[in-house]
Amino acid sequence: MPLIDYANPTRFLAFSAKALPWLCAATAVLLAAGLWLAFFGSPADYQQGETVRIMYIHVPAAWLSMFGYGVMAVAALGTLVWRHPLADVTAKAAAPLGAAFTFLALVTGSLWGKPMWGTWWVWDARLTSELVLLIMYLGLIALWQAVDDFGRAARVVAILTLVGSINIPIIKFSVDWWNTLHQGESIFRAGGPTIDSGMLIALFTMMAAMTLLYVALLIGAMRNEILRRRAYQMEMLAAGEGG
Amino acid sequence: MSALAAIAVQTARLSWRGGALVGVVFFLAVVVIVPFGVGPDLKLLARIGPAMLWTAALLASLLNLDRLFRDDRDDGSLDLLIMAGPPLELTVLAKCAGAWFATGLPLVIVAPLLGMLLGLEPAALLTTTAALLVGTPGLILIGAVGAALTTGLARGGILVAVLVLPFTIPVLIFGVSAAATAIVGPTPFLPPFLILVALTLFSLVITPIAAAAALRSLD
Repeated sequence: MPLIDYANPTRFLAFSAKALPWLCAATAVLLAAGLWLAFFGSPADYQQGETVRIMYIHVPAAWLSMFGYGVMAVAALGTLVWRHPLADVTAKAAAPLGAAFTFLALVTGSLWGKPMWGTWWVWDARLTSELVLLIMYLGLIALWQAVDDFGRAARVVAILTLVGSINIPIIKFSVDWWNTLHQGESIFRAGGPTIDSGMLIALFTMMAAMTLLYVALLIGAMRNEILRRRAYQMEMLAAGEGG
Repeated sequence: MSALAAIAVQTARLSWRGGALVGVVFFLAVVVIVPFGVGPDLKLLARIGPAMLWTAALLASLLNLDRLFRDDRDDGSLDLLIMAGPPLELTVLAKCAGAWFATGLPLVIVAPLLGMLLGLEPAALLTTTAALLVGTPGLILIGAVGAALTTGLARGGILVAVLVLPFTIPVLIFGVSAAATAIVGPTPFLPPFLILVALTLFSLVITPIAAAAALRSLD
């Protein structure tokens, strides 16, 4: 079966109905392993003590906030360039999810910043650009709500998503380009990671677990969106028949 | 008169007649509110003056922009502009030029007067006006993308501002930086000013493409 056949929403519903339970099970297993590693299986930091463990939630959430925007940008390309039928659904489902992870990253970062830096917030480049990302997510959600016609909403949101994707490299490189309070890159840098390997394993496990969580939630939200549109169309048909 | 010039003049004239000066009144209103909020200390007002002028100018430009394409959509001429006539990107540029003459330029003209209300020195008045002169076209262009995306929607004005605000942040940063150089110390005026010019030129190229794509996606 060629890959394009999965673009059919009905096929997607059937495929995801079978795949979702397995995905949820894998997510639960990885999340359990990751959380155990985060709280018990990894060392405390020599400087920060036990509060470093917020990192295992904060870093995956921040990574997912950017990954989520990437998913929406790819979906936007799918809408505008290929008119892919599932692209609109993906973009609409991914927006609230991405916003939630961005908010989680900001809140956990703030909770970590108070004991570490002595402040709940600072207007440095990394935090400010992440906050701007949250505003962009909320703006996209507002735009989805504002336009009635789904097709037009999808195209309009797709354009705005692509224009806004400039923010992602800004967030990623903000710690290099500007003098920030937020710490710089410690994993993917020339010269190898500066983080302890015990922490690195826990961090990677939590990243994988939360990414799987994101994918499971996204597929669930996509299913809901497809079913919601079908219910709406059936209502319209019934109303048209005077039923 | 060429078609593009006619579009620009028409946009300016309609906007002017449709009450574009309310943007100037909004500008004045925001500047008047500031001393009520922060206190009448003229030294403090002079220090935050350029930032407040820029914020007020930004809001005044953005909130007025939802009308940019709405009237054309309502009377059907937007379809004609999309299908026939000059390339849609150039049409968008012409409309932005008209909008700037009607809404942006009055803000720039009034800015020195409002700056005096905030206690700015003559040097600061000059830098602020120059920065606004160069930056407001960029704001109008970026706002035009939001206006194109939200054409015909209810509550369009505030939605345009929300959608477009993140993209105006670089203009705001360098605009205030250029405007405040006379106050903060003998910091050079030219670097942030030239970056501001670069940002406006950049938006001159990119935003018509995005706005035209948005207009074409209307049903």
